Amino acid sequence: MNIDTIKNGYVIDHIKAGQAMEIYDYLRLGDLDCSVAIIKNARSQKMGRKDIIKIDQNIPIDIDVLGYLDPNITINVIRNNEKVKKFKPDLPEKLVNVISCKNPRCITSIEQELPHICILTDPENRTYRCQYCESKVN
Amino acid sequence: MKHLIDIKDLSIEEINELICVANSIIADENSYSQMCRGKILATLFFEPSTRTRLSFESAMLRLGGQVLGFSSANSSSAAKGESVSDTIRTVSCYSDIIAMRHPKEGAPFVGSLTSTVPVINAGDGGHNHPTQTLTDLLTIHQEKGRLTNFTIGFCGDLKFGRTVHSLVTALTRYTGIKFVFISPHELTIPEYLKKEVLAKNQIAYTETTNLEDSIHDLDILYMTRVQKERFFNEDDYVRLKDYYILTKAKLEKAKTDLCIMHPLPRVNEIAVEVDSDPRACYFKQVSYGRYIRMALILKLLDLLN
Ligand SMILES: [Zn+2]
Repeated sequence: MNIDTIKNGYVIDHIKAGQAMEIYDYLRLGDLDCSVAIIKNARSQKMGRKDIIKIDQNIPIDIDVLGYLDPNITINVIRNNEKVKKFKPDLPEKLVNVISCKNPRCITSIEQELPHICILTDPENRTYRCQYCESKVN
Repeated sequence: MKHLIDIKDLSIEEINELICVANSIIADENSYSQMCRGKILATLFFEPSTRTRLSFESAMLRLGGQVLGFSSANSSSAAKGESVSDTIRTVSCYSDIIAMRHPKEGAPFVGSLTSTVPVINAGDGGHNHPTQTLTDLLTIHQEKGRLTNFTIGFCGDLKFGRTVHSLVTALTRYTGIKFVFISPHELTIPEYLKKEVLAKNQIAYTETTNLEDSIHDLDILYMTRVQKERFFNEDDYVRLKDYYILTKAKLEKAKTDLCIMHPLPRVNEIAVEVDSDPRACYFKQVSYGRYIRMALILKLLDLLN
């Protein structure tokens, strides 16, 4: 893959320098067959240094997770070599299996099969609470 | 189908409806005595709480229904490692409504996701206990004739006392209520309650460490138990548990129509001499607990029309 030209896929830009691998893991990009490029410490006028991830395939990506991980990220959607959409992800209302509840009194502490579901309760402070026990998870 | 997991699941209209039904049951209990004929309540108590279980069972029996269940995790399928979801799914086949208590927070909610019958949370760890809150609201309504315009004092363990947090949250939906929080510094109401409940709803409140100095203002005094299991250290418990004991002497400064409440069981935070005072409402509160559970069972079984 030429990392500058993506035919159909995504360019996840303005990732805080050093955070690309975390996002790579959250999006499970390791499971994909297509080309994925991680550019670390790219020069940025705005940020000084930044990371970029390029995905050369039109897969559904979990944009919600990105909004939680870093609201300053920019997502560029590329279709037929053209940038068709550029946006910043919103803070998601609900996160499934992204953050685990750490409350030892929570039902999720003894029932491993339960999905860890967290609900955004205070957007201003980016606070998420466990759907089961309502304790703060971040 | 509706469950009751958290008091916030109920709108203010639904709470008022429940109180209204409970009031009519109190006025004429006989006419309700066969309303749940042929219905079965399952009481699934994964941790023992005799008081709450008996209240639910008595409520169902007084409605002409029947009860089955277990009263501790040892005697249940949970002891064999069955998940809450599976247990509830199974019991749904044997009953029309379930009251569930569990030591883990959120367990009744998990149960409600797979249940085919209504689930009532009968307490999940230190988290929710909505029928206690409904009991408290009915008590206030019965004793004061209203749920608005009064001053209520909460005294004792306000940090860990979930009944307090839940009642405060429920009362913020009504108007004209003044809150007074009386506790030692170690056991004041938690920050989240101040920020996310009181401040958010622009409700003024006062905090004090002195029961005697604030008792004259109160229309309702809600006493709580300082629970031993909340403390890591015996000395702290011994030092704090006697901090706020209500006695006849302290009551001299109180209003003549003060309503004294307590979720029970009490240890020694209300002197036994207070029991004979007409202002003591905590044993009446136990009866109200059964009436409101009767109303709730009728409502969730859709038998009110
Ligand atoms: Zn939790």
